[in-house]
Amino acid sequence: MSSQSLDTVKHAEQTPDTELPWAELGLKEEEYARIREILGRRPTGAELAMYSVMWSEHCSYKSSKVHLRQFGEKAPTEGPGAEAMLVGIGEQAGVVDVGQGYAVTFKVESHNHPSYVEPYQGAATGIGGIVRDIIAMGARPVAVMDPLRFGAADHPDTKRVLPGVVAGIGGYGNCLGLPNIGGEVVFDDCYQGNPLVNALCVGVMKHEDIHLAKAAGTGNKVILYGARTGGDGIGGASILASETFDDEKPSKRPAVQVGDPFQEKLLIECTLEAFHAGLVVGIQDLGAAGLSCATSELASNGSGGMRVELDDVPLRDSSLSPEEILMSESQERMCAVVEPGNVDRFLEISEKWEVTATVIGEVTDGDRLEIFWHGEKIVDVDPKTVAHEGPVYERPYARPEWQDALQADDPAALPRPKDGDELRAAVLALVSSPNQAAKSWITDQYDRYVLGDTVLAQPEDSGMIRIDAETGLGVAVSTDGNGRYAKLDPYEGARLALAESYRNVAATGARPLAVTDCLNFGSPEDPAAMWQFAEACRGLADACRELGTPVTGGNVSLYNQTGEAAIHPTPVVGVLGVIDDVARRTPMAFRDEGHLIYLLGETREELGGSAWSQVAHGHLGGRPPQVDLERERLLAEILIAASRDGMADAAHDVSDGGVVQALAESCLKGGKGARIVVPDGLDPFVFLFSESQGRALVAIPRSEEVRFTDTCAARGMPAARIGVVDGEAIEVQGQFTLPLEELREAHEGTLPRLFG
Amino acid sequence: MTTRIGVVTFPGSLDDSDARRAIRIAGGEPVALWHRDKDLHQVDAVVLPGGFSYGDYLRCGAIARFSPVMQTVIEQAKAGMPVLGICNGFQVLCESHLLPGALTRNDHLHFVCRDQRLRVENAGTAWTSDYESGQEITVPLKNGEGGYVADERTLDALEAEGRVVFRYLDVNPNGSRRDIAGITNEAGNVVGLMPHPEHAVEALTGPTTDGLGFFTSAVKKLVAS
Repeated sequence: MSSQSLDTVKHAEQTPDTELPWAELGLKEEEYARIREILGRRPTGAELAMYSVMWSEHCSYKSSKVHLRQFGEKAPTEGPGAEAMLVGIGEQAGVVDVGQGYAVTFKVESHNHPSYVEPYQGAATGIGGIVRDIIAMGARPVAVMDPLRFGAADHPDTKRVLPGVVAGIGGYGNCLGLPNIGGEVVFDDCYQGNPLVNALCVGVMKHEDIHLAKAAGTGNKVILYGARTGGDGIGGASILASETFDDEKPSKRPAVQVGDPFQEKLLIECTLEAFHAGLVVGIQDLGAAGLSCATSELASNGSGGMRVELDDVPLRDSSLSPEEILMSESQERMCAVVEPGNVDRFLEISEKWEVTATVIGEVTDGDRLEIFWHGEKIVDVDPKTVAHEGPVYERPYARPEWQDALQADDPAALPRPKDGDELRAAVLALVSSPNQAAKSWITDQYDRYVLGDTVLAQPEDSGMIRIDAETGLGVAVSTDGNGRYAKLDPYEGARLALAESYRNVAATGARPLAVTDCLNFGSPEDPAAMWQFAEACRGLADACRELGTPVTGGNVSLYNQTGEAAIHPTPVVGVLGVIDDVARRTPMAFRDEGHLIYLLGETREELGGSAWSQVAHGHLGGRPPQVDLERERLLAEILIAASRDGMADAAHDVSDGGVVQALAESCLKGGKGARIVVPDGLDPFVFLFSESQGRALVAIPRSEEVRFTDTCAARGMPAARIGVVDGEAIEVQGQFTLPLEELREAHEGTLPRLFG
Repeated sequence: MTTRIGVVTFPGSLDDSDARRAIRIAGGEPVALWHRDKDLHQVDAVVLPGGFSYGDYLRCGAIARFSPVMQTVIEQAKAGMPVLGICNGFQVLCESHLLPGALTRNDHLHFVCRDQRLRVENAGTAWTSDYESGQEITVPLKNGEGGYVADERTLDALEAEGRVVFRYLDVNPNGSRRDIAGITNEAGNVVGLMPHPEHAVEALTGPTTDGLGFFTSAVKKLVAS
């Protein structure tokens, strides 16, 4: 590239009328006008590149911001969750105090669109990105989880997407040495063109190691380290594809990045060693928007300005233009701010881990972010206007016209199994359906043992990790989100997602403390999808306040829509809980014959959005189950007490698929059958298949029965003895008997048959 | 005197801290060894842990073999020092020609993580003396390239000399020839296997505690000698 074609700040001042391809970069006309107004001139190509990526929906949350504010405004101000918050929304990940001097950071993020285009790399780099968010907080990553949504299980394109996504998650996560301890796999036609690939990471640190991204201290050096910068992941139609540049350059790489987990593993070790040596003043990972994001965020969060020499950025491809370098989303890169006297130490540590590290700039005493290329200034901006003062939209939203008809389409009208034989057939159809079938074909491709601290992993209600081997302190995490419920009622659907995740954490014996969310929705420009989003935010914020579990951070993914067809609104809610001694955890398996099976909670006829209505009739209509968060809190208290006091041998949350699904899972996990009696006054079908909330199954040793039932009675928790762990079949008395072997074949055979 | 057992960390090693924990639980003193350091720091035995050394980009274990620490490990192994290679460590031992054969991509082409039943075929090695011949144990297995292959003559020789140390039971998880999960050298001091005994040393985090015997075997043998 010749220097004549370089679009410097000076050049931009002299050529105010030069047309720039702002529209191709996704900017709206008024957004471009605003950039001109901020700068008092037209932007340079490099500045335009930065603004366009940083003001994108993905980076700026411009459509979602006005609704996300509720998570802060309605955040609980008292209770264990509020007291445990050390760092809240706005940082790369929230941080929660879990006691004994430990803090835990966790966050869920989406990598939906890339995973549809290129399933393996999309899913792999989704793990990479969330892991860097966690190490940027100074925490050691200890586990990952993956909530996934795919199109119909038997659709040919699902056979392309699912195996690639699973192999990508395994290929990256296994090679990084992080146990994969849970997540979800859901199939539904609505995700056919828009699969959801969310990734959650949990990290642990001591309180004194918490670090926030900022670039304070004039003269401090900015060090870029990790992988070299290449032409991968440059968003969509870049500025550069269109104009000025000639044909001799390599063709544009795909907009999906390529991951290198080995490089990321070295990056983790190098970063944590530099942290512990006290060398890091500020730090930021390079994810979406690459250097544009890292430099503007670091400078914006600090007190000074920043000067960056783009020529010093190590490149994989020497033909990259400065705009491309700023926009590249090459993976496995981080940016640290280090005092001048510590630079040599920092470089020694990176050399030890064979990580390339280069000083690319320094913190200045001004308030400008200035970027130079070949000695010429090509960016001169107020970093806050790039990073934090982007556009904010109040998108119009409206309850869709079809919502009433959908809710009126009550599943009560659907034909039901009439006798024992039909119930038996319905149970087999349910447990073998792709959504309710065992997911071990997928999860067996993930390493759940590495690091040696995994106490519980899928298919348990929540994953559990020991964080202190001396005391047994541990954390539990679950993710849940039922798009079918949310489609019927997005407000209640979001509350239901929190309720289930909260219940899952409590079922293993941990006390729920905090929330991270990944809000997957359709186009914000579609008033119906925007209404779903607004309702879900309102519902989740209200529910978090009621349960005392603050949202610590998360991610929004909009535009999950193909043409007019949006996905089901899918708020995925991750709940983090703490347990004082992981030896006290309650697993889901029925292990000992003679233990009594209790059903906690109340069963009503609630089949709207149920798994049964989907499996038996392909039906979605009516109202989702009622949510009673006070009941959820009470149930959690009882489950936690049962764990702490050794009253329960097993516990399993009742959710989609109802009691019979939970029974089948607990029996199969333990290899033990159950004799079940339908409680008086309940219809056998409703008892087995209803999805009423606030319920759990527990297995109680006879010696603990009185203590347990007294505990429930004292707190007003309905507890019905529904049977006993016994034999090698599930026998529902007077209805049917299902040998475990037959049940296992039905439950475990489905995914291997579809994808093996 | 406690037995000092070194655990090598290559860039990309993942199960090194687990191996050190297993050694500690077995009553030994774990010593962290660094791939660039030729010095073995007076250890009595060495564990090459699981992971993806150097990213395993060329061929599993192919680069690790040339690291400075491996030059000393190879020398000492030939002189009789007990060396255990787990998963990636087994691959490194084969690449180093301390053990015959090679590990290839799983026949079903997927990474697999499962609780694997094994039969101990040879309880006479430095790492299996706490087991009984014929004993059945369950430990985690997790690999993408764990299919053990060698030519027929080598396989016959391994069988004839009792150098097949572990065999897969129930399921052959990766297409290994003759269900071979682990082997030893002629002297019985070098053992390599694909499954992960270091993940089965605590009831809380492992499927069993069946893996502890590897480490107690080495600790006892070295104390006795």
